[in-house]
Amino acid sequence: MVAAGWPGVDPGWSREIEVASTSAADEPGTVRRWHLLDNGAQLSRRGLVPAGTLLCVHGNPTWSYLWRTLLAAGSDPSRPWRVVAVDQLDMGYSERTGTFRRLADRINDLGDLTDALGLDGPVVTVGHDWGGVISLGWAVAHPQQLAAVVLTNTAVHQPAGSPIPRPLRLALHPAVHRWGTTTSDTFLRVTHALARPPLTPEVRDAFMAPYRGAGRRAGVGNFVADIPVGPSHPSFPALDRVAEGVRGLKVPALVLWGPQDPIFSNRYLKDLTARLPHADVHRFEGAGHLLPEDRDIAAPVFAWLAGQGLPVGSGEDSAPGDDSAPAGDATSEPLGAGGPAGNAPLWAPLTDLAAGPAGGDTAVAEMAPDGSVSRALDWRELERDIAALAAGLQEAGVQHGSRVSLMVPPGVDLTVVLYACLRIGAVVVVADAGLGTRGLSRAVKGATPDFLIGIDKALAAASVLGWPGRRISVRDLPPGRRRLLAVETSLAALSRRGAGKPPPSQAPAPDAPAAVLFTSGSTGPAKGVLYTHRQLAAMRDTVAATLGIRPGARLVAGFAPFALLGPALGAVSVTPAMDVTAPRTLTARALADAAAAIDATVVFASPAALRNVLATRDSLDGAGQRALDGVELLLSAGAPVPEPLLAEVQRLLPRASLHTPYGMTEALPVTDISLEQIRAAEADAAGGTVAGAGNGVCVGLPVHGARVAVVPLAGDGTAPGDCPVTETGVTGEILVSAPHVKDAYDRLWLTQRESARTPGWHRTGDVGHFDAAGRLWVEGRLAHVVTAPGAVVTPVGAEQAIERLDDVGLAAVVGVGPAGTQAVVAVVETVPPARRAGPAAPHLARRVRDAARRAGISISAVLAVPAQPTDIRHNAKIDRTRLARWASSVLAGGRPGTP
Amino acid sequence: MRVLVTGASGLLGREVAALLVRRGHAVTTFQRRPSGVEGATDACGSLTDDAAVRRAVSGAEGVIHLAAKVSFAGRPAEFDEVNVEGTRRLLRAARDAGVRDLVFVSSPSVANSGAAIVGLGAVRADPARAHGDYSRTKAAAELLALAADGPGFRVAAVRPHIVWGPGDTQLVERVLDRAGRGRLPLLDAGAALIDTTYVDNAASAIAAALHRMEHVHGKAVVVSNGEPRPVGELLAGICAAGGVRPPSWSVPGRLARGAGWVVEKAWTRLGRQDEPPMTRFLAEQLSTAHWFDQRETRWLLDWTPAVSLDEGLARLAGHYRA
Repeated sequence: MVAAGWPGVDPGWSREIEVASTSAADEPGTVRRWHLLDNGAQLSRRGLVPAGTLLCVHGNPTWSYLWRTLLAAGSDPSRPWRVVAVDQLDMGYSERTGTFRRLADRINDLGDLTDALGLDGPVVTVGHDWGGVISLGWAVAHPQQLAAVVLTNTAVHQPAGSPIPRPLRLALHPAVHRWGTTTSDTFLRVTHALARPPLTPEVRDAFMAPYRGAGRRAGVGNFVADIPVGPSHPSFPALDRVAEGVRGLKVPALVLWGPQDPIFSNRYLKDLTARLPHADVHRFEGAGHLLPEDRDIAAPVFAWLAGQGLPVGSGEDSAPGDDSAPAGDATSEPLGAGGPAGNAPLWAPLTDLAAGPAGGDTAVAEMAPDGSVSRALDWRELERDIAALAAGLQEAGVQHGSRVSLMVPPGVDLTVVLYACLRIGAVVVVADAGLGTRGLSRAVKGATPDFLIGIDKALAAASVLGWPGRRISVRDLPPGRRRLLAVETSLAALSRRGAGKPPPSQAPAPDAPAAVLFTSGSTGPAKGVLYTHRQLAAMRDTVAATLGIRPGARLVAGFAPFALLGPALGAVSVTPAMDVTAPRTLTARALADAAAAIDATVVFASPAALRNVLATRDSLDGAGQRALDGVELLLSAGAPVPEPLLAEVQRLLPRASLHTPYGMTEALPVTDISLEQIRAAEADAAGGTVAGAGNGVCVGLPVHGARVAVVPLAGDGTAPGDCPVTETGVTGEILVSAPHVKDAYDRLWLTQRESARTPGWHRTGDVGHFDAAGRLWVEGRLAHVVTAPGAVVTPVGAEQAIERLDDVGLAAVVGVGPAGTQAVVAVVETVPPARRAGPAAPHLARRVRDAARRAGISISAVLAVPAQPTDIRHNAKIDRTRLARWASSVLAGGRPGTP
Repeated sequence: MRVLVTGASGLLGREVAALLVRRGHAVTTFQRRPSGVEGATDACGSLTDDAAVRRAVSGAEGVIHLAAKVSFAGRPAEFDEVNVEGTRRLLRAARDAGVRDLVFVSSPSVANSGAAIVGLGAVRADPARAHGDYSRTKAAAELLALAADGPGFRVAAVRPHIVWGPGDTQLVERVLDRAGRGRLPLLDAGAALIDTTYVDNAASAIAAALHRMEHVHGKAVVVSNGEPRPVGELLAGICAAGGVRPPSWSVPGRLARGAGWVVEKAWTRLGRQDEPPMTRFLAEQLSTAHWFDQRETRWLLDWTPAVSLDEGLARLAGHYRA
């Protein structure tokens, strides 16, 4: 018995076993002593029959201790699993053999062990680091027993011609290797230091315990020396066999990944998912190499296993076969499949127009700052350019399923390259500068594009920040600059190469992935959202049907997401002269010039852009105003648009119907409301004539084809139920079901599972209610609900009431104190701004409190801040989590500081 | 019910006795001077006098025990004699006299070590960690009282948090006096969130305890208005009601707590009986959050406060205008 007070380990799991070795490293007849953590004996003593066995294989330089949370969770009597975590030979507390065991030996060793244990399946392999390769080697060799594979931060393939990770190169350097890995404990210390957050001293000691003394560390050094750095390495063929064998694995696969790993970077994740395309992947933002230490992996692993339809063990109370409903199908369930949207590809209207009598009319145009049209294509030219670029891209290696990151500002170039990629079946990755440099970088790296197509600025950032993907510039670059930016070719060159070639003959399947868009990241790191072709087409049809945009419409595209749909709608689109990365730069003059150029009937613009248009309206001349007079429809989305702002816009666009759809990156749009409808709703709320009207932002009725419902809030501020309702006045989490809802979150299996846990619905994380007229009122984010004693408080209603005060700008209502008995706090931005953050003056506090009370909410404290912390993309979403943390500290009696 | 109220000459005791009289109970009061409560019978005496205590409890079915030595000044032994031994004496006498229920009126300071209290329930009293002789001896007395709880003699402890109202000399008069002389600073801009109890609410909660003994006996509950406010705003409200300029200068809380400690020691060393300009207790009260989870209290007592904080301030203003 070797177990000795390792935190988190039940001493009863620790066991040793003698195993006859058949590995080439040993003489025939050799018997090796293994140490394991194994909860099998304990389960059978408790009368529990496990569903199967998790065979967990650690890497270098850890040991079975890494898997202690899986052992604990597997011992849960309600869903018992036997968990066998091995210490590989020469590692942990297993025998020090005095041999040099190579990869092939280690895979064979593991087979010897499972034979000795009599493991007959079903077996789920679990591996980390080089243990991942060994576990997969076992998996490939034991198809009869294998039920599933789970992988965390590992790799099975070193791409030819690319060097192994720098830290390993250093560890292998002859001058360093022996000293760094064996003589000293440097390699251990450096590895342990990769944990995020840092390991506690007790856990670090437990990881170090079996490796005290150089004599016990020979395995650590040999492991490093066995890394196949190139084809001539003795272990290369073994690695290659595993890497190729993995492609044949058809069992369920789960990949849990810590992206902040200096060794197994995202490119290895990409390689793994290419070999296991059916794998469920979850990237834990902020976690690193020691993922099993950095995050709870036990809960997701067992939740995933429960959803795989694998046999279920029998606990004390449940009969064998008492299966819980598989939950893992949600990711692949096509929402609203089979609708008319599925039949015509996204670009069908474009192709039709190009072939028709109007083929010579303008399709896309771009404005110059002087008010002239700087570039324009008619429908035939657009179709021709897309076909040519698609052919050129294919020749350059872009194929069906390739991920292409587009870092091109909206305009003609973006339109052409976007539709070219879609035609090929490549997946476009659209991350915008609104995420901020760090957020953008994280998003691009996480999406692991194969190609990055960008303007100079984006390519320069890619070089500096190490973004993945083969680089393609928009225009031809001088050779020096091309080399500097590691650019392979340009869109211009590819178009020339593809000129005259026919477009790709086969349209991608409707359920093939088409695009990855990113959330704004105002509620945590930005999430990638995956759409299929069918869902993008459904989005187009929803916009067309809801807003009545038909082929022939002429639109000014001041807001990217919808603007890209222009050609798919058969609408002429013009990009105004503005810095598209900063919507606030759209001027009234630029808007009018763009409208005049195509006699625009429709304008898309963000609320921030509209504010600047209003601020610069004095620069309009008579012709400009006449152009704006022709606008029939204005669409503003991305953040709530207050009624006073719309009222001013109406004066500028007197004939336009003003609409502000509500939606999110995962479902665009969900509901729609016009200025007249906003006014009617506000009158209903003020008059109290319509039940449920008020307490929130009225966002109108569900759009064409969408169903919206709520899951009622519980007293603790969560929405635990699974039964969506639409009753008047019931506040709950908003759910949406529509053909244009996202397919899945990209490489966020846990997040996706949570968002789709009510079958057929997407859980938005927003909170709201319906009024008696069927209109939806949004009350805030589920995560921002305040749980006061006896009342669940949603923030938006009170915030709106407070913001109506003359000397208050943005207001946020947050909770401080324990859940269920929180004190409600209003944090307000004052006009003029407060000099420093802290308690509001008593007279302001009184008025804020009175305003909130009229909205039915009792406020404990009022804090004033010079400026609210807001997101970058919309400059409107307040970081309430940060604000609540700050308010808690101040109101507990800490020094105010700034939020 | 025949009820004995001890300490009925104080702000809260008087209100409790008057409330019970209004509700038709036969009320006897016990303190050194006549209580002045109309409709109640005075049985004057001291908690240090065993015979007087026994006379007072005879015939009572319920006892509400508010009498205590409260002031800042005084020798530790005096606090022990009145607050601890007096309570012990009363408990023994009450049990001997066949009293069924006893409500011990306590204070949240019995469990307060000086750290911020943010939405906590009633933590167990701890004489060793409570600050000052008053809190220390009230903590010891509360432990004694709750230990006496049993099937034939039910005891509950009610801890109203910072009781104030018209006629209050403890908080209101001190605030007005200090603010009037410009000697009341805000600590850390007066942001600390504190809850208080308007006197009528404290009285109705104590009366409620006597009726809900089957639920609350053996327990301590904190009672408050359940309306935490930044301390600066609360002080401003009291000053406005009293017609005094509110405090406008702020000092760092840490500095005030240190200074309070020094001043306190100096006052003790000098043997001064007047109140020091700053004490550590006061500095803590003014610079750290004190607010409580009232959910269990309200369920156990089946009670909600009838007078809101703003209504209380309006009544206070009325009192000073009159």
